[in-house]
Amino acid sequence: MNKQQLKDRIVRYFLQTSGSISIIIVVLIFLFLFKEALPFAGSPGLQELFNTSWTPVSFQKESFGIIPLITGSVLVTLFATIIAIPFGIIGAVYISEIANSKEREFLKPFIEILAGIPSVVLGFFGLVVIVPAVKALFGLNTGLTAISGAVILAFMAIPTIITISEDAIKSVPASYKEASMALGASKLLTTWKVVVPAALSGIIAAVMLGMGRVVGETMAVMMVTGNAPVTSFNPFTSVRTMTATIAAEMGEVTFGGEHYSALFWVGIVLMLMTFLLNLVSYRVLKKYGMNEK
Amino acid sequence: MKSKGGEKIVFWFMRIITYTVVIFIAYVLFDIFFHGLPAISWEFLFDDPRKSGAEGGIFPAIIGTLLLVLGTIVIALPLGMFSAIYLTEYAKHSKFTQTIRMAIVTLAGIPSIVFGLFGLGLFVITLNFGSSILSGSITLACMILPTIIVASEEALKSVPQYMREGSLALGATKWETIYKNVLPYALPGMLTGAILSIGRAAGETAPILLTAAAFFLPQLPTSVFDQVMALPYHLYILATQHPDAQKILPMQYGTALVLLFLVVCLNLVAIIFRIRVRKKYKW
Repeated sequence: MNKQQLKDRIVRYFLQTSGSISIIIVVLIFLFLFKEALPFAGSPGLQELFNTSWTPVSFQKESFGIIPLITGSVLVTLFATIIAIPFGIIGAVYISEIANSKEREFLKPFIEILAGIPSVVLGFFGLVVIVPAVKALFGLNTGLTAISGAVILAFMAIPTIITISEDAIKSVPASYKEASMALGASKLLTTWKVVVPAALSGIIAAVMLGMGRVVGETMAVMMVTGNAPVTSFNPFTSVRTMTATIAAEMGEVTFGGEHYSALFWVGIVLMLMTFLLNLVSYRVLKKYGMNEK
Repeated sequence: MKSKGGEKIVFWFMRIITYTVVIFIAYVLFDIFFHGLPAISWEFLFDDPRKSGAEGGIFPAIIGTLLLVLGTIVIALPLGMFSAIYLTEYAKHSKFTQTIRMAIVTLAGIPSIVFGLFGLGLFVITLNFGSSILSGSITLACMILPTIIVASEEALKSVPQYMREGSLALGATKWETIYKNVLPYALPGMLTGAILSIGRAAGETAPILLTAAAFFLPQLPTSVFDQVMALPYHLYILATQHPDAQKILPMQYGTALVLLFLVVCLNLVAIIFRIRVRKKYKW
């Protein structure tokens, strides 16, 4: 083997090692979440996590039930999704099927900007504009409610839903449309009865990816939902999500303590939830023949 | 069949829904621009904060964010580029490659706060880097790695196959081919992806909350093991934790504007860069 070939082989092994960095990071993340969470399983024990109240700091008895945090996250995510779906899907259909090319060239980057706005800036906007508006509109004592969080998060999910739905709609073969038009169907009928149903699984995957983004969102939701750890299904009350709990409380815990470990369990539950949402949507997108994006 | 008029009404309805999103974005940008602009002054940009952020400037937070972003890109860019080169140029359809792809997708879906927890557990506590620029940068680097890999892969794939074949046919080794005949043309595209992910790293708050950020520091950091102030964290504290949060609204708007300006500028640079590259290399 000459020098050239040797060099080639060394580079190859080096690149192969760098290539596996993603695997290493994922393994490390799982490892360290469980490592830091493990002490809680010994004492006070995992059953404590199923309590119905989250009072990590208390003079009598601390309680680490994550149920109210899960319901908080679910409530905010659900309402954010309900708000985001019409905007996301209609927006995607409009951009890909109805808008002319000039309009499209303006709309697409503009919506990309929305995806680029830092969540803390959107949270701040929510705090100074949307929270007072919600308070006045619904006559509440405080505007720091689940619904305020849902509105902000909806707008964070919309770019994801639009971009991926649009890809799904574009991948519908033109022959479907042509056949429908040739049979005398109008553009409207073709769009909603042929194109959208054909792209439906991709659109559903897009919505689920948007939900994944919403569940994991931290700053905006922490700034506008009021952070009361109560089990409630009323969107006009304050709630505390899993993400906000970790971010708000991690600064005040003793490292290695029960509270600290409990927060890592919250992180694990959160990661599993987003992992499942993403897994299902990628399966759908893959079946669809769309590349992983 | 529906009439042409009915169809028009439905299209207009869809147009209104779509433009509602546009108006929302425009409203956010204008609100922050108009309320933030009066707060911007020489003092605001280049002075230290006083009275726990109620007066003075945000200079240390700007520097802190720039340092974090610099650290992040120094770590993430080479790793991401090497990964992408391996995946596009070397990897075959094997179990190993599939596992890498699965890992990248998983990584892209992990919530930012979980990266924060991971950084806290591994870098801050176990490796004893403490809450520091180093911990924060590595954590952010792990977070943006998938974006950089995917963008770099696309850049590499856009270099036509004949560029490689020509070089190989002349007897160059695989690496010589990649290094001399593929990378130079893929580099601008890779950098575009990097700039976009820098924008994301600059605006992230949750991970650095747990690994790097401090609200108030009397002096600028002197080593990578120092804590830093950061723009997004500064905004969060001013808006929600400050005792006079209502009174210092101009300071909050000013900070939001600087952060937004930084992120939007990075995005614009990336977009312009992309357009110029596309014009320059047309295959």
